[in-house]
Order: sequence, then structure tokens, then C-alpha cells
Amino acid sequence: MAQGAADALERAGFSRRNFIKGTGALIVSFSMGGALETLAAQGRPAVFGENAAPDSPLATEVDSWIAIGSDGIVTAYTGKEELGQGMSTAQTQLVAEELCVPLSRVKLIVADTSLTPDQGVTSGSQSHPANFNHSNLAGACATARQALVELGSKQLNIPADQLVAVDGTIRAKNDASKKVTYADLVAGKKFNLKVDASAKRKPASEWTVLGKPIGRPDMAAMATGTFEYVQNVRRPGMLHGMVVRPSSVGASLMNVDESSVAGMPGLVKVVVKKNFVGVVAEKPWQAIQIAKKLNLTWTPGPELPKQETFYDHLRTQKPVRDIMLVNSKDVDQKLSEAATVVKATYLHPYQMHGSVGSSCAVADVQADKVTMWSPTQGVWHQRATLAMLLGLKAENIRVIFTRGSGCYGINGADTVTYDAALLSQAVGKPVRVQLTRKDEMAWENYGFAFTIDERAGLDAQGNIIAWDHEAWSPVLGNRPVYTFPGNVITGFLAGFQPEEFKPRSPAPEPTSFTNNSNGIPSYVVGHVGGADHGAGKIKSERAQLHNVVSPFWTGPLRSPQRLQNTFAHESFMDEIAAHAKADPVEFRLRHLSETRMIDVVKAASVKANWDARPSPNPRAKSASGFATGRGISCVAYEGDNGFSAMVAELQVELATGKIEVKRLVVAIDAGPISNPDGLRNQSEGGALQGLSRALGEEVTWDDHNVTSIDWRTYHSLPLGFAVPKVEVVLLDRPDLPATGAGETAITVVAGAIANAIYDATGVRVRQVPFTPERIKAALAG
Amino acid sequence: MSLISLRVNGKTHSLDVDPTTPLLYVLSDDLGLTGPKFGCGLGQCGACTVLVKGQAVRSCITAVEAVQGIEITTLEGLGTPDKPHPIQKAFIDEQAAQCGYCLNGVILTAKAFLDKNPKATEKEIQEGMSRVLCRCFTHTRMLRAIEAAQRGMAR
Repeated sequence: MAQGAADALERAGFSRRNFIKGTGALIVSFSMGGALETLAAQGRPAVFGENAAPDSPLATEVDSWIAIGSDGIVTAYTGKEELGQGMSTAQTQLVAEELCVPLSRVKLIVADTSLTPDQGVTSGSQSHPANFNHSNLAGACATARQALVELGSKQLNIPADQLVAVDGTIRAKNDASKKVTYADLVAGKKFNLKVDASAKRKPASEWTVLGKPIGRPDMAAMATGTFEYVQNVRRPGMLHGMVVRPSSVGASLMNVDESSVAGMPGLVKVVVKKNFVGVVAEKPWQAIQIAKKLNLTWTPGPELPKQETFYDHLRTQKPVRDIMLVNSKDVDQKLSEAATVVKATYLHPYQMHGSVGSSCAVADVQADKVTMWSPTQGVWHQRATLAMLLGLKAENIRVIFTRGSGCYGINGADTVTYDAALLSQAVGKPVRVQLTRKDEMAWENYGFAFTIDERAGLDAQGNIIAWDHEAWSPVLGNRPVYTFPGNVITGFLAGFQPEEFKPRSPAPEPTSFTNNSNGIPSYVVGHVGGADHGAGKIKSERAQLHNVVSPFWTGPLRSPQRLQNTFAHESFMDEIAAHAKADPVEFRLRHLSETRMIDVVKAASVKANWDARPSPNPRAKSASGFATGRGISCVAYEGDNGFSAMVAELQVELATGKIEVKRLVVAIDAGPISNPDGLRNQSEGGALQGLSRALGEEVTWDDHNVTSIDWRTYHSLPLGFAVPKVEVVLLDRPDLPATGAGETAITVVAGAIANAIYDATGVRVRQVPFTPERIKAALAG
Repeated sequence: MSLISLRVNGKTHSLDVDPTTPLLYVLSDDLGLTGPKFGCGLGQCGACTVLVKGQAVRSCITAVEAVQGIEITTLEGLGTPDKPHPIQKAFIDEQAAQCGYCLNGVILTAKAFLDKNPKATEKEIQEGMSRVLCRCFTHTRMLRAIEAAQRGMAR
């Protein structure tokens, strides 16, 4: 961020805080009646089941979200960040639409603990559900518009129902000359109103800004190299830090030989705090040289579980947490009565976020005032845990979200923010840290590995009568939330423990339905608490998860658990369809009840001109040495937070096992579409990121260390691979609530690919990634 | 430290730096340029790419002393938000980015490739981009933008 902009924000920050907290000089005050008083009494809403920071702007107050200046500029404050997914564009559209002002008159302030409400983290496909329905930002906008109309009514002496909000003014419907601007109505003053969940949102049929393919306002700056990422933040007197991570996983620091770097150019300080080691220098290249040269002695860490047998290892560990998601208690009996029982085990590796730009943060830690420029997904989480890490008061810490490289979940952003803070505190000056490629990749919170058993019983007609899902997955750490700096590597090295699970084994029976992990397949009724919540028809159902301790840090990676479970469910559904000699699309539709699921499956298969017949394809193998196939996969994301289905078409080179995907057709239902081009961009990117994860990505390790530490050892599909045609079909649902949209496409890719490989070759691959070696071995049978 | 003369985006700079410093750090920290970016420091991803006499060069593994006095162009030297270069405009028109961090390497690699291979086929363009990473996987839009830029150049 440029100096000027940062200073302006800083000034805004202090005045903003006083503005929101201030009780004097309230000139505009609307009375909205009883329902709102009730809302007011509720106070601060829960964020992901946790309470928001106690001194954060109240989400129930319109003033926490919206301010109208004397220049007519509408400033909106949001906790949902722009991570590259287009969220700032969509939120700007929302504000412009609901408040009836041009896009150019909306200024969006994003995730800054001095300015914006605490909305937890920007993750989990929750930004649209949180801010585009009836509470939070959308609710505040609708309430503000309603209030402006009422205020205009008083000012113009015209009944509210004869007024309309147009272009930043309230004016008479039948006489455009009778009008008053928002600026004249409220400039610089507070609304002093509660967000009214019943305030009327503009119906989608009247949208002129939302629902349109508005381009990203940051696009030109990105394409011309002038956009300022957190990597570009420079502060006066700023120094550069590098960290030195342990020699192996679980190693402890024995000795630091500072003489090994004495006199090196630019050296400012070697910083040690328990097992955390870093160096500070005047210039970044000097810091890198010093970090390399610094002589440290570590204890040998514990031996890591062998990668070759890791999936079986997971089954044999004592679980730290068992979770029963659904249990009709008749599964074993139904399986014993079934005409056929089908069983299979699916394996998914640890994968990494692997941001293309390694994570970076800038910290300015003074004795009583801390300013952080951080790409974290949760600025309020950072503020609370930085206070613990630095031994300072949270209210003296300001965390300003500053965009970094795309993160796709908890990459190195949180840990590098701690790195910068610890080093800055040690030298009393601003410090910038950008991780090395290896430090980013070897120590991040990986996406979960999984071993998954699936069993199903079929009746004599080939219908599924029972489904049993049992999964094992390793966990360690997570997002830091408000109290666990030890959930990421730097906090742990500095002396904090990762959050411990209270052992819970065996799992208690479920009392409420949740399918956030997609552990429950789409094809069962999901009967919990006396009602059916699932997307399917199968009544006999059981789904359970066993978490065991991971040797590596873990955390959310785009579609966490959902992607792994869906790979298993959708591969298995295909296996059952093949047993029943049924067409995979028809077989899915036969077991689904949720119309939105049925619609995406139909939309994808129609667009792909689906070749309806059982798999494998009897005509797949050609004399050319290639076999071609098609596969389908679908998901009700988190049960009800978005729907997608994908058809993949590919060819397998039989001699090498190499897969070339020719076409991906994905149908997406995310509720009302805020920005069709943004949704397409997310879906195309999700489809290809999913393909990269399905075909090549896998964290690897030896006895003591992660060995996938750069782009030669961790295999991401480059721009130059034979990119398939990606076709996105959008199903608009203008009258339904907004759902997530960033993770639906990626979730269905591995299943669609595995099913197409089976269709082409008659060989079932049950382990991700589908490398040529694995396919070749499977073909050799 | 020694005095190094660098010619970047048409301007000459005289800098007192360690001559073995990779060019990227000098561009980012001594000259304050925001186009070239640190991605891997290993020459594997392309985020740090600059044009040296029109060739795409990875500045994270190029010592500053090796490019003394040679014309260097960074992404911001190609065009500006108000007056983007045609290839930058093609990326803007196609909305070919998500986080945008890799764009520097994508656009400069494509420019160097198209300048040399104006009649490249779709497959040749993909091969030309085979050492560049985009982790948001905005591939389809980026390749479309490169092809649009190629058509623009042909006119």
C-alpha cells in the first residue's frame, strides 16, 4: 500500500472508531418499532459459533456497515475480503444496487480491525451467504435505503410510498423535480439504526447492477503491474526478516551460534524465542544470506510415519475425535439382507495451498501500538492471537488486511504474520517477511489426507437400499481463531500448543443435521432430529469420521473434507451403477430427491450431450493406443450451500497411463447470481485447480522432512498443459437465498475424472492423484 | 557493494549494491517497482519475469551484474492502467485473472513469445507458456487473452 493511502486509512481508522462508538452529535435517528428493539437486544451475532471480538463494530448496527459522506459517496465496511475471487466487485455491486447509486460512488473498506465489523474469516463459501441475504451488509443496505426514503418523506413532505431512491437521491415517483440527495439527508451523520432483517431487498427482477457481468475494478492495475499486494508494502525505516525453520518436523532448538553470522553485511539481529528463529537485516537479499549461514543445532525430530503405508496407519491410530454424522441404526442389518454388497476404499493425499507468491506480511510493533499489514483471512483472529504472541493488549493492535497471492484457504498468511510481528517486536522497527518457497511449502497447514471406506447394499433390482461411509483423517492445528496461535507453525515454535481435541470416542449420536464436510453422501435421506435433511432417497444410512493426530499441520484447503469425501462418494456411486449395469446419470437421478441437485445433473449432462449407457464404454479402446471415456460427478455442497455437477471427457494413453482431459462441463447453482462473469471465472478456475489436484498434486515426505518443497517436487499443472475446454452452465435462482460459489466446481472434479477413466478403460482408480504411473500399474492389473 | 548501472523502463539508475544480488530484489527494493514479484526464488514459476532486450528472463535467479546497462522492461514499463499495452488490454478485456499475482510472468512471457512467434498455433502458445504457473488456474482466460493479443498484433 502506498504511504499516502496507508496514512489516510490510519486517519480514517481513528476517526472511524470514534464515529461508531461516539454517542454525541447524533442528528439522524429513526424509530423503526418493536421488532428492531428485539434485534438490538441480541447484540453481537455469533461468527461460526464463536462470539465476535467484544470491541468490534456491532453487526446489528447499520452504521457498522454503511456511511454516507457529504460528497454523496457511500462507504461500505465489510469483513469479507477480496482474495482474488471477486468478492469486492460483487459487494460493491450489492451496495450500489441496494442504495441506488452508481458503482463509482461506492467505496468499499475491507477487513481492517479499526474500521470493519468482525465477520470471522473469509472462507468456506460463506461470503455470499453472510453478506448477500438479509443480515449484515445486504441487510444494512436495505435498512439504510428504507430509512433514506422515510427521511426524504419528512423532508419533502411526500408520503414514503410515493417516493423512490434513484441515483443517490430520494425523489417523488411522479415528479422528478421534487428530490433531495442522500448527502443532504445524512451527510456525515450516523443512521443510529439497527439492521432490519425484514427491510425489503430489491427483487432480482429490478436489478440493474447486481446480476451483471461487471468487470473487476482492480484488473487494470493487476495487468499493468501497479496493483499493490502485501508483498509491495514498504514502510519508512522498514527492515527485512527471514525465518529459519527446524531441521526436521518436531525438532527442538539446542544451540544458536551467532558467531557464524557475525559481521555479515546488513545484519541487524538474530531473534530466538523458544524454537522460533529469525534474522533481521537491512535488505532482503542480506537476510536470505544470513539465514542460510546461521549455524543452528537441533535435536533430531521423531521419525515420521512411512508414506507408503500411511493410509493404513491412519486406521490403526487411536482417534482423538469421532464424529457420527448420520445413523439410521439399521445399516448392518440392511447390508446383511441386500442382494449385493459393494465395497471400496478411497485414498486422498495431503495437498497444499501452494500460493504462487510465497506468503508475506509487514509488522510495525511499537511498545504500545502495533500495525500489521497481513493477507490473513481473519483480521480479528490475528489481532486476538497476536496479542497473546506479543504479550500486548489486543486493543492496541490494528490488523489491516492487505491482499497477497491467492490463498485457497489457510496458506502461510497467518504464520508469516506472526513471523513479521515477532521480528519487528525484537528490533522495534517495521519488518517485512516473505517466506522462501521451501518455508511456504514445507510448513503450511496442509489440506487433509483421507482414508475412506464405502459400503452399499443393493436390492435385486439394483437399487441402493443402504449406504455406509467411514473415514479416517489426520488433523493438527487449524486456523488460529481467537485463542490458538499454536495452530500454525510459528505460534507453535514460539511456545503455544495447537488446539487439543477433547477425546470423544465412540462418537455421540447426532442430534442436529450438519453436512459441512459432505461426509454424508448426496443420495441418502439424512434423517436427523426427526426430519429428513438430505438430498437423496436412501433410508438406511450411516456416515462417520475418525480424526487422528497428524504429523503435519493441517487446515482448510479449498473445499476441505468436502472434496475428499465427494471424490469417494461419487466414485463409489459410479461403481455401484456399474454393478447395477445402469447409466451413471440415470442411476444418480434415481436416488436423488433434491430438485436443485437433479437440475444441475441434468443441465451438465444435456450440455455435454451425455452418452447414456452403462460404463465401461465397450467401444472405448481404439487401435490408436488411446481409450476415451466420459464421467459424471455432482455434489450438494455442504448439504445445501451450492450445487454442482460436472461431466468430464478424456482420453487415456494406454502405453503410458497418461491422461489428457479434453472437456469439462460444469453446471452451477449458487442461488441468485451476483456477477455471472465472476461466477464463471470461479467455476473455470475451480474446475482446473481440481484437475491439477486430481492429476498431480501430493505432499510427499521421507523419515524426517517434507520433500515436496518447490514446483519440481510438488506438481501443479502449468499454463502450458493441454488445457481442456471448460464450459460453465449457470443456473440462476433469483428467488432463493445466496449460497457459496467458490468451492462447488472444484469439489466434483476428481470423481468425474476417476469415473471417466473407468469408462475409458474399465479400470477403477481409487487413489488421488491419478499419476501416469498409477494408471499404468492399474491397467497392467 | 559496488556501483551498478541499470537501465529500466527507459531510465538509467546508478545503484550501490552487492553485484551478486538477484535483479528482482534490486527492482523491488531499490527501485520500488511493483510489477516483478517474488514467487519461488528458483526460476520455476515465472512471477519475477522481466524483459531483457525483449527476452523473458527470470529476475529472481539473474544476478544484477549480468544485466548492467542492458535495456530492462518490467510490466509497468509496458503500459499503464490508462494506456495499457495491447497485450495488457487483452487481459483486461478477458478479465483474465483472479488474484493476479502471476500476471506479471504470464503477460511478459507471452509478450516475448508472441514477438518471436507471431504466427504460433494454439498448441505452440501453450508450449510457450509451459514454464509459467497460475495457481488460481485462470488458464482458459489467459490463453484466450494471449490469442486475442496475437490477433491484434497480426492486424
